[in-house]
Amino acid sequence: MANIPQDLLYTEDHEFVKPTGDADVVAIGITDYAQGELGDIVYIELPKVGASFGKHDVFGTVEAVKAVSELFIPVSGEIVAINDRLDKEPALVNSDPYGEGWMIKVRLKNVAERDELLGAGEYEKHLGQ
Amino acid sequence: MSDASNAPLKRTPFYDIHKALGAKIVPFAGYEMPVQYPAGITVEHNAVRRECGLFDVSHMGEFFVTGERAVDFVNYVTTNDVPKLAVGQAHYSTILHDGGTIVDDCLVYRFADKVMMVVNASNAAKDYAHIAPHTAQFGVKLEDASDGYALLALQGPKAQEILQPLTQVKLADIGYYHFTEGEVAGMPMIVSRTGYTGEDGFELYHRNEHGVKLWEALVGTGRVTPAGLGARDTLRLEMGMALYGNDIDDTTTPLEANLQWLVKLAKGDFIGSDALKKQKEGGVPRKLVGFTLPDRNIARHGFPVFDADGNASGEVRSGTMSPSLGIPIGTAYLPTAQAKEGTQFEVEIRGKRVPATVVKPPFYKDGSHL
Repeated sequence: MANIPQDLLYTEDHEFVKPTGDADVVAIGITDYAQGELGDIVYIELPKVGASFGKHDVFGTVEAVKAVSELFIPVSGEIVAINDRLDKEPALVNSDPYGEGWMIKVRLKNVAERDELLGAGEYEKHLGQ
Repeated sequence: MSDASNAPLKRTPFYDIHKALGAKIVPFAGYEMPVQYPAGITVEHNAVRRECGLFDVSHMGEFFVTGERAVDFVNYVTTNDVPKLAVGQAHYSTILHDGGTIVDDCLVYRFADKVMMVVNASNAAKDYAHIAPHTAQFGVKLEDASDGYALLALQGPKAQEILQPLTQVKLADIGYYHFTEGEVAGMPMIVSRTGYTGEDGFELYHRNEHGVKLWEALVGTGRVTPAGLGARDTLRLEMGMALYGNDIDDTTTPLEANLQWLVKLAKGDFIGSDALKKQKEGGVPRKLVGFTLPDRNIARHGFPVFDADGNASGEVRSGTMSPSLGIPIGTAYLPTAQAKEGTQFEVEIRGKRVPATVVKPPFYKDGSHL
């Protein structure tokens, strides 16, 4: 069964939102379930630092051998960091999606949007586990 | 493919083994087949390139043709030169419509007393209906034995070394695209030195009831990695081997698909020969080409293609990230004049046109069998 850490927030599109040291900045990536469904990830296209997105905009794509998936940003805000390692090591998303496989860090534009995300229990229910 | 039909999906004798191994099972050509095991496509792909992988390809269809004129019949319904095969030899071929387009691609095996045709599962019913009307004319019997036969493909540079201890058959004596009947792990089968990966290897045709024991004997060597349809696709595409439903179909001719080497127009009349002669004389309008992309987005099956003049030129036929080369590779049809190595054209990936370059397959050039 897919790993769903209790302390993270989730979307129905299988992105996760993780707190960082800065209360206004969150780390975003795809869930363990999503990486398992995609299979071996071979390329991740990420936005540039400084770009701004509205909630649910496409911020990138994940190419796996057998499938491609668009990435939807769970919250509005500005990209303050991207995970450069993924350019050379996209498989980190397979091996450690919530840790070394994080994709972007976003400075929240509207903190209230966080409340609209799914908790671990709700995401688990969404997966039907 | 028959995925959309409501017919119940069939299972191969290895279904329970795939499930127990944790394979991801998908509907494919009317069967529930493993697309990958937990190790993943890249690991499976590399195992075949470097050591040895094992594929369940039992969905493939087997037809047996018997009767004095079995060779003549198969020669008439396929494009390659069947009388030229020695007993114990096989070749790759195509089955055509009268109009010259491809009903299916197949393997043809010549036995002393029969001919075996191995066809795609998704096309088996169509193939049978297409060739059966000609049996009376040749006085032969055509039997679709697919449901009684299973097929395991043992593929990789180490295949012979791994298989030899399990059989008395002297594998070194079986040449590429040759076969023999013999026992493996004490069970009767057809041992064929063929494959769809570009690597050395064997395809083992056997009765369903022997399947599980054969799998266990092969995997029991501890040197064989189970591999699914996902790795089978990346391996064959790296070699530029055609996949029916992608690179070739009912609308493409073998001359367009770079399969002219399978078409022996000098052998006499066969189904589709008139149309192919005409196309050869009149000029082949388009050619299947291999391509690579400079960036790392993958141009997948169905993405729009624009030729060097910017005109729409169909769709990407096959496309993946090559695990061996680490670059996106694919196939598409281009106007014949543009089918030269180095030609630049464009594919559209999610609304964005990106440059593509024609390259000559195989993409991967270090296979143990090219």
